Amino acid sequence: MGEKEQRRIIEHPILPELKDIKKVTIYYDDKPIEAMEGEAVASALMNAGIRSFRKTVKTHEPRGIFCAIGRCTDCMMIVDGKPNTRTCVTYVVDGMRVQNQNGFGIDSEVVK
Amino acid sequence: MKNFETEVAIIGAGSAGLCAGIQAANAGAKVMIFDENHLPGGQLFKQIHKFFGSREHRAGIRGYEIGKQLLDEVEKSGADVHLNSVVYGIFDGNTLGVVEGDNHYSVKAKKIIIASGGKENYLPFKGSTLPGVMGAGAAQTMVNVNRVLPGKEVIMVGSGNVGLIVSYQLMQAGANVKAIVEAAPSIGGYGVHASKICRAGVPIKVRHTVLEAYGENEVEGAVVAELDENWNVVPGSEQNIACDTICLAVGLNPMSELAYIAGCEMTYIPLLGGHVPMHDENLETTVPGIYVAGDVTGVEEASTAMEEGNLAGISVARALGLINDEEGKEIADNFRNRMLNLRSGAFGEGRRIAKATQVEAFNEFQAKEGAK
Amino acid sequence: MKKTGVVYDGYPSKEELEQSPGFPNTCSLSKGTKAVIECVQNIPCNPCEAACPYGAITIGDNITNLPILDVEKCIGCGNCVAPCPGLAIFTVNMNYSDTEAAIEFPFEYFPLPNKGDIVDAVNRAGEIMCKGTIIGIRSAKVFANTNVIKIAVPKEFADIVRSIKRLPRK
Repeated sequence: MGEKEQRRIIEHPILPELKDIKKVTIYYDDKPIEAMEGEAVASALMNAGIRSFRKTVKTHEPRGIFCAIGRCTDCMMIVDGKPNTRTCVTYVVDGMRVQNQNGFGIDSEVVK
Repeated sequence: MKNFETEVAIIGAGSAGLCAGIQAANAGAKVMIFDENHLPGGQLFKQIHKFFGSREHRAGIRGYEIGKQLLDEVEKSGADVHLNSVVYGIFDGNTLGVVEGDNHYSVKAKKIIIASGGKENYLPFKGSTLPGVMGAGAAQTMVNVNRVLPGKEVIMVGSGNVGLIVSYQLMQAGANVKAIVEAAPSIGGYGVHASKICRAGVPIKVRHTVLEAYGENEVEGAVVAELDENWNVVPGSEQNIACDTICLAVGLNPMSELAYIAGCEMTYIPLLGGHVPMHDENLETTVPGIYVAGDVTGVEEASTAMEEGNLAGISVARALGLINDEEGKEIADNFRNRMLNLRSGAFGEGRRIAKATQVEAFNEFQAKEGAK
Repeated sequence: MKKTGVVYDGYPSKEELEQSPGFPNTCSLSKGTKAVIECVQNIPCNPCEAACPYGAITIGDNITNLPILDVEKCIGCGNCVAPCPGLAIFTVNMNYSDTEAAIEFPFEYFPLPNKGDIVDAVNRAGEIMCKGTIIGIRSAKVFANTNVIKIAVPKEFADIVRSIKRLPRK
């Protein structure tokens, strides 16, 4: 699925239509991303087509969302400079900066 | 560090915790409910299907609407809900350690109800750590709460009710489900849920498993293969299915760590998801004053979690002497009956027996302790 | 031999349906529009019982009992279709016209078809069987976003068609 493709579910057969979404902007590796007020960082990234959030310590394998309830820590990223932030239970704030995390994310070793 | 006191402290503001809080507070108890999430309701708000059961179980009402009802009731009850509040331990059998944002405090309670829920199981296979492989519940949260499609072409692993329901809801959200694969020889969940999937033209492949997820940095496809009667891969049956998402619906396990830390005796019941605290028929554990309710004490569904919450709430109210014991027993019996109704029939009978085993384990443990 | 039935195929077999007390036989269906309850497992669920204004559906105190349809009392109003949480109730009118039967089924996808649309009608396995004409769409607040769609199909598909192929999103 391409990055530009819409992943946001506006109309839904059961849930009310998403109307008057309040938009905020977050920055993923300095690139602006439009997010919906109140949503989790992980969901804003997913809507932008970004699913690889970090690389593991030893083998540098990509990881993304797994549990979405803050348990598994697969979705950790560097958020506003703070490494190991669980993006599925961290909510977007206008101007927030999110970086892909390499390993433990210490010394701000950012994944290129 | 600040110290607070309350009559009833409840950990978890999901189906079980909210119902427990409503019952206890309506009986007149001072109730504090703690939840680590920023919103209450647990997993109810991602459940957009109509619940089963009967009227008293709120049957026919969609999960998220039930969530709204419970929030309304909890507000009226006067129970105090603390969000963004992580309970990291239970000390001396009566004191919670809580981190709420940047604040750290303790709460001493006369009665504690642990309703911390469950979490999804993982299934290891080649490539199973690739982004795009996720829990079915995670995908459900994405589409129904965050309103974002986690992918457009999905393979679901597991045909229990979670796998079937989430497949359906992914389609309602606009995704395509390419197949549901089930390693067992038959479909695990309700036939009516499976029938909805079939009518949508999605194949449910029993005796099939996913061998591999492949892709550069994300899932681009899966290798699915047939299993023989001994659960071995049938040679030559491997097939590639292009997909961008693989959801794992392979069961849940109780998040019983807090109960364990608190010293509650545990028993291992695979059908209920693994290690669960022993408890009596009022849901009180082997640590006096600590109760359990919901998935933490055995993975079932939200309807039973609500009934367990009701029972735990009324049990603590009785133990605190807030309601007439005779009347309290009658109410508790009613909740127990409602649970039995849910734990019956082709799908519920096994859970009824498993839950009885859990109470038996409690009785045996107490008898042994008494003999010492 | 390949085993059939709801736990293997995902949808009930002909035998399972015929043995089910909510499934009217051909004779009953010839008498007028009837509910067709395709609920063949003992699951704890009973909203259909209360949904019927004519008392034609019985489950009883044990909520895992299968629903029993009293075909004499059932007038085919279809009020039970949307309340079934399992989306397992349909209505069938064998005599919608000389050549067509009308089938009502629950539908919870977006977008909805429009009245008069000619669409692909599918069987229990989701296979396209024939074309059908949408002749009615019922939505009500009490249906809680489950729409009840009525489709006319050639008579020979009355016992076969149970839904329509999902329509593409814009």
